[in-house]
Amino acid sequence: MSIQQFIDNEVKSNDVVVFMKGTPQMPMCGFSSQVVQILDHLGVTYKGLNVLDSEELRGGIKTYSNWPTIPQLYVKGEFVGGCDIVREMFQDGELQTLLKDKGLAVKGSVSA
Amino acid sequence: MAMDAHEIERLIKARIPDAEVTIRDLAGDGDHYAATVVSESFRGKSRVQQHQIVYDALKGEMGGKLHALALQTSAPTR
Repeated sequence: MSIQQFIDNEVKSNDVVVFMKGTPQMPMCGFSSQVVQILDHLGVTYKGLNVLDSEELRGGIKTYSNWPTIPQLYVKGEFVGGCDIVREMFQDGELQTLLKDKGLAVKGSVSA
Repeated sequence: MAMDAHEIERLIKARIPDAEVTIRDLAGDGDHYAATVVSESFRGKSRVQQHQIVYDALKGEMGGKLHALALQTSAPTR
């Protein structure tokens, strides 16, 4: 299986995937840490994939998403964005809406 | 490995001529920047698409020579 197939399979078989530096328990980069904190705050179940474990994954995800940086968030197979976009969407409540629209449980949701 | 703020602005404007670019050097080390880019060409595009245009303008320096660029993009408010 090629790295592109591996990534494709991961983002399609898990509802929420974060490609990050480090693990959700121990992020190794401030940007990755922010995304994990937001997801934890929202009580979302997600899978963290550590790009530091694999140079192939680190390069492969940048190509797959056409996005040059890590972290990267996927929801239901769709690329949502990197740290800046995720934070902006969270602050605006858009991330919560997106997750709910995709049928995912969000903790402490504010009714519109 | 660092990149000058003026160089970042120049690259963005070369790709997006009408862009209003504001760059802050966050740590004073020429390596951690925050940029705000406002352009009419962003209207109707998703955030991901807007950021991809800026990354494209930076010609692969993002994630390489340029370690950290916090990016905020938008179309001008009418």
